[in-house]
Amino acid sequence: MSTVQAAKSESRTHTGDTAGRTLSGRLRSSLQQFLAFASLIALVIFFSIASGKFMTLSNISGILLATSVIGILALGTTFVIISGGIDLSIGTGMTLCSVMTGVFLTYLGLPLIVGVIGGILTGAVMGLVNGTLIAALKIPPFIATLAMMMIAEGLALVISGTSPIYFGSTPGFTNLALGSVIPGLSIPNAVLIIFIAAVLAGVTMSKTIIGRYTFSIGSNEDATALSGVNVKKWKVLIYTFAGAFTGLAGVVMASRLSSAQPGLGMGYELEAIAAVIIGGTSLQGGKGSIIGTVIGALIMSVLTNGLRIMSIPQEWQNVAVGAVILLAVYLDMLRRKETS
Amino acid sequence: MDNLLLNVHNVSKSFPGVKALADVGLDVRHNEVLALVGENGAGKSTLMKLLSGIHAPDSGSFELDGRPIQVQSPKQAQELGISIIHQEFNLMPDLTVAQNIYIGREPRSGNFLLNDRRLNARAAELFARIRIDLDPKSKVGDLTVAKQQMVEIAKALSHDSKVLIMDEPTAALNEAEVAALHEIIRNFKSESTGVIYISHRMDEINEIADRVTVLRDGGYVDTVDAGSTPIRDVISMMVGRRLSTEQRPDPAPAGTDVVLAADGVSTRDMLSGVSFELRAGEILGFAGLMGAGRTEVARAIVGADRITAGSIEVHGRQQKIPNPAAAASLGIGYLSEDRKHLGLLLDRNVKENIALSSLGRFSGGGFMKGKAMAAKAQELVGTLRIKTPSVNQPARNLSGGNQQKVVIAKWLLKDCDILIFDEPTRGIDVGAKEEIYTLLNELASQGKSIIMISSELPEVLRLSHRIVVMCEGRVAGSLSNDEADQENIMEMATRFGADDVVPAGAEPAGGTQ
Repeated sequence: MSTVQAAKSESRTHTGDTAGRTLSGRLRSSLQQFLAFASLIALVIFFSIASGKFMTLSNISGILLATSVIGILALGTTFVIISGGIDLSIGTGMTLCSVMTGVFLTYLGLPLIVGVIGGILTGAVMGLVNGTLIAALKIPPFIATLAMMMIAEGLALVISGTSPIYFGSTPGFTNLALGSVIPGLSIPNAVLIIFIAAVLAGVTMSKTIIGRYTFSIGSNEDATALSGVNVKKWKVLIYTFAGAFTGLAGVVMASRLSSAQPGLGMGYELEAIAAVIIGGTSLQGGKGSIIGTVIGALIMSVLTNGLRIMSIPQEWQNVAVGAVILLAVYLDMLRRKETS
Repeated sequence: MDNLLLNVHNVSKSFPGVKALADVGLDVRHNEVLALVGENGAGKSTLMKLLSGIHAPDSGSFELDGRPIQVQSPKQAQELGISIIHQEFNLMPDLTVAQNIYIGREPRSGNFLLNDRRLNARAAELFARIRIDLDPKSKVGDLTVAKQQMVEIAKALSHDSKVLIMDEPTAALNEAEVAALHEIIRNFKSESTGVIYISHRMDEINEIADRVTVLRDGGYVDTVDAGSTPIRDVISMMVGRRLSTEQRPDPAPAGTDVVLAADGVSTRDMLSGVSFELRAGEILGFAGLMGAGRTEVARAIVGADRITAGSIEVHGRQQKIPNPAAAASLGIGYLSEDRKHLGLLLDRNVKENIALSSLGRFSGGGFMKGKAMAAKAQELVGTLRIKTPSVNQPARNLSGGNQQKVVIAKWLLKDCDILIFDEPTRGIDVGAKEEIYTLLNELASQGKSIIMISSELPEVLRLSHRIVVMCEGRVAGSLSNDEADQENIMEMATRFGADDVVPAGAEPAGGTQ
């Protein structure tokens, strides 16, 4: 008798315990988001005090402009990472999209809008290929996109003949990123573009079927498949959707530089992934948010910009960003350990 | 005939090397709960996987409401009205309750936009209808196991199921939760529906089932009325009489020292008050059903899981064992049931595998002494009769039995005198099993002390001098070999359950010698 009673009361306390943990778990998970936002604010305050040059309109607009390319890449790759995958091809893929935009506009002389859409579609096609390799041929995402990273790098060089493509013949193209459609405010369009892209990504993530399946597949792929969801199809769609963001980043990049630079791109993928991780998205999949990624990307560019304003050499800026990544991931692991 | 909801005819299924089901049939009537029982490996899970379309049968047929059906995928099974709740949950922990239940069938506005308000309302409606208390918006990963179980049930019932199949639904539930679950089952069964209820807990079957179908070794045994058949009869159908000429071990050496003693060992997740003694030269068998906590006892002893209460004595001295390395230095070796993942480096050779835990003794100044290692490995290959062309053969190329011997050699080389074998013959063919048995007997007669965890009762009876029977994380009793038979072990192994009363003689072991 007594053993049974002991076991009973034990299981009861256990249940109560879990319920308690549930509540604090929920608090903690919103805390994480708050923590990322608070770190961003703290950084901004710190640099404003440390240097008078930081909190000026032109510097802020510079920070936002610097965030645009990495930020757009990070938006797309947030989907891939939440679904439990990874995409290493977005850096050089972006360059390939820049080059293709150059081909459409300069070599073929197509209208501006066609060139822009062509650039974005190039990214989507790359995502489609990635997704097919991963979902249909079951090649691990790391390997498939590593290969695609090298293929895209090579193709960008081949297509451009290893030299930059300049957009001299399409003067409107540079205005796409650097012009300003908002009169009176000197905020470049690139900032507007990333803002719109972030809203689009955020709505897609939380309000549409593709977002729901992104979380579901990342949370438990087998269970999702057993529930009757066509996981293969949705994985291909997720990579394709993310690829369109790579294309957009390529267009913005080319517009900002007034040229498609085939040698650039390598390394951008890691910065984008870093922004996603700092924003609280888990590399194991299932957890993350678009707003987190936006904050993560801002933290990275504020840090780089602030350190530069304080005349801290480039090498140390890298060290600082690395340290932030470690800190963010460690905090995330602590949180995970306590909630599970 | 029109009284049959589901009819399974002569179904067979083989996997490479194993006949999992042979000519099994069963039927479920309308408005009934059919209990499906059998020992580990009797074929219950395979039958479930056929019914849910995860595997296809090699032969045989299914009829639902008199119409022949073919189940080709889990989705199709659901559309036909067959819903299965697996033992491992198929849930997405990062999604909410409602999102989980309606995954793949989300209410939408247009093609791509989700309508979460309608989703949550639909879930709330469902919970009201089946009388389950859940919040549609809470995250599944934050729920208790019992609540997650409820989510699985709600998901199954949301499909308008005719047949609900539950695999060990109460394994992780406490009594109040079990009662709630049974209430849901009673609410569910009707003139157009029925339930297949797989369980190890005999007392529960009396409580909830109308009839009981017994499987054994992949074959059909019998179907009996649940109310009028004594539990003992069901158990003896489960174990059968297949080994009347069982071999039993030689009597254990009398009066040897206690080398390992556990006193009231508990862990956070599983064990509660586990006590036993292991003597020198003895084989102590641990019997019990899957999930009874046998492996957890081994993990607690070697420090792989943290002990929250109780103590462990090794050679008469109380010891704190923080991790398996500390256990090994006290002479306790644990041979995992998952040999291929946790016991061996499959791509490395026999020599390296044997020497792996004792590398210190084969190195000088940071360099490996290859010759000494090979010589020692060769010697152990000889004593344990490991069949391998040479000690340079990768472990992957050895048969299961010989791989197991390599793991044993590794621990012998480390001078362990207490060896814990977890399912020592899992995945090993019959002839090689004999060799492992001989080896275990030899080790015991050389004075090694052995704990052997096994799900195969004949194996336990054949080798163990004494047998500890576990049930739900506790010691249900302990028996000396001459008083043990399959029936009384099974009875102890299914002893605890929803019932409040523990039968007489179920005091934790320790007093039993």
